[in-house]
Amino acid sequence: MSTTVEPPAPSAPVAPPRAIKGAAVRRGDRVFLGLSRGSGIVILVTMAAIAAFLIWKAIPSLQANTANFFTTSEWSPDANPAYFGIAALTFGTLMTAIIAMLLAVPVGIGIALFIAHYASRRLASVLGFITDLLAAVPSIIFGMWGIEFLTPHLTGLGQWLTTYLGFIPIFQNDLGIYSRSIMNAGIVLAIMVLPTISAISREVFLQTPRAHIEASLALGATRWEMVRMAIFPFARPGMISASMLGLGRALGETIAVALMLSATFDINPHITEPGGITFAANIALKWNEAGTIGLSALIASGLVLFVITLAVNMTARVIIARRSEFSGAN
Amino acid sequence: MADLTQHEQDESEALLHSALAGGKLPRWSLPALAVGSLVAALVLNVTTSVAGVAGTLIVAVLIFLVSQTAWSFAVEGRRHAVDRLATTGIYATFLIALVPLVAVLATVIVRGISVISAEFLTTSMRNVSPRSEGGGIYHALIGTLEQVGIAALIGIPLGILAAIYLVEYSASSSSKRLGRSISFFVDVMTGVPSVVVGLFVYTAFILTLGMQRSGFAGSIALTILMLPVVVRSTEEMLRIVPRDLREASYALGIPKWRTILKIVLPTATAGIITGAMLAVARVAGETAPLLLTTFLSQSINTNPFQGPQASLPIFIWDQFTSSTDASVNRAWGGALVLIVLVMVLYLTAKIISRFTGVKKS
Repeated sequence: MSTTVEPPAPSAPVAPPRAIKGAAVRRGDRVFLGLSRGSGIVILVTMAAIAAFLIWKAIPSLQANTANFFTTSEWSPDANPAYFGIAALTFGTLMTAIIAMLLAVPVGIGIALFIAHYASRRLASVLGFITDLLAAVPSIIFGMWGIEFLTPHLTGLGQWLTTYLGFIPIFQNDLGIYSRSIMNAGIVLAIMVLPTISAISREVFLQTPRAHIEASLALGATRWEMVRMAIFPFARPGMISASMLGLGRALGETIAVALMLSATFDINPHITEPGGITFAANIALKWNEAGTIGLSALIASGLVLFVITLAVNMTARVIIARRSEFSGAN
Repeated sequence: MADLTQHEQDESEALLHSALAGGKLPRWSLPALAVGSLVAALVLNVTTSVAGVAGTLIVAVLIFLVSQTAWSFAVEGRRHAVDRLATTGIYATFLIALVPLVAVLATVIVRGISVISAEFLTTSMRNVSPRSEGGGIYHALIGTLEQVGIAALIGIPLGILAAIYLVEYSASSSSKRLGRSISFFVDVMTGVPSVVVGLFVYTAFILTLGMQRSGFAGSIALTILMLPVVVRSTEEMLRIVPRDLREASYALGIPKWRTILKIVLPTATAGIITGAMLAVARVAGETAPLLLTTFLSQSINTNPFQGPQASLPIFIWDQFTSSTDASVNRAWGGALVLIVLVMVLYLTAKIISRFTGVKKS
């Protein structure tokens, strides 16, 4: 690809002094700088455009809405008059994400520790590869697997929780049905964000200065004490932002959740009962049946999701930027 | 539990050590405890309400954890007991992570393999009702290849150019700010939910610019999702190209743009290809943005710019949510093809990066 265009050599290698002064403004350089700077700016423009267009197209539904956008849990934007709000969406999104985080953060950090400091180097590279494979499985396949394979296996867990911990309100189950629940969706989400959390924590753990580790071992610390006293203090910002990036992913996950939940617009704190809906899942499920105001309402809910994930991600990036350069993109 | 000779041996060993080191669990304690707790869990399985493979295993692990910690606490003291507890916990997290991966792959292969046939790969769903058997994914395969192909054609060069800007040009003081904000927003962009990108393409290109919902609209969404991944991986590769190479080239009077094209990029090619393939693999299975920007078609449409065009993820979504026996089977067949496609891309990328790549000097 690099051999296609070669403009007549702008300057000869044996140029007189005047040409050296001109070297800074060679045409090829200017074109190339322009192209690459332009591509960089495309990214900034895209981010700005996402915000701008979502706001613009959300306005009609917000004007037509006769209910409080933030405190209503019903979703009937195409009714006359339009009546909808994001309370149920917010609740479902937060609950599934919290469950996912509670499960995925300890396990993800455990995996990262195992790969970085417990397994042999050879084993570690294989294991790192395997966890990365989890990240490559498309979300729709997780959703199908969650429904067909995982849900039957989780019924037992749901019953157990209800029987022995049912006195805690969230584990109460009055219906005796345990499928399509917020808990099950949260568990699938946990599996899906695991690679994000473990990959970034692993990178941070590996950057702990060798001297810290060896000093603590030389002082007679056990391996766990070394982890607690040498690695964790060093890696804390990295672990926090790894978790936040995972959280961002859990909040925005669409198809798997859309398949896992039964899409009811109520705020039901019993997490083992069927029910619940999230921002992203609602958009996917309602999209093809929505009218003009309906689409605009979905866009408005998408805008809220965008703002939430943006806030979470930016915080994570700011925390991690203080330490060093890590990125979820690799 | 222990037999006598073994015990005696250990005792003499312990005596030898005791002057210098504290007590230590014998080597055979780990396997013995593991077998012991498994047996105990099996006994509980038969005698009490502990049931199921998963339940029994969990109980076994718990018995192992408690007994090992207690024993270690008695012999080795608190610190070593905690260390053993943590070690077991960390090993356990790893097994926990393996379970879903193996289970997902196994489910997809088992459910999908019976559906795959020559007919499944070479026919479309035209005139096949959700209830009836037959039909295939040919139309969806074409759609996915075209949509992802177009996204790659736009996204990869754009991403590489942006990375070049970040690495090669944004160092000068005048453009440092721009470089830093691009870099920050590339990171933030990786976190934008795919469904939001779908919404954006719908509002900007379909509602505002009047484009039809088509394969190409889907491609735009995939491009946006792919872009930050390409930028970040390319950037990393360019950064490890040794500075000496660039300087040697500048010293020969070669202009910067030719240095980048002829020296920097070729040196980093393998890494860039790896990153690009991973980016493609990541977007190939995206469902949500395509759901919003393309229309499903049951027939073959080779033109991504006009008319409804199917794609593998949307095919799977449609068949799975039709929820008849025949259509769910087809969904699993499609899922197998999709996962094979993604995994092949992924594995090739990893193999390329393992055997080539920039050598750090």
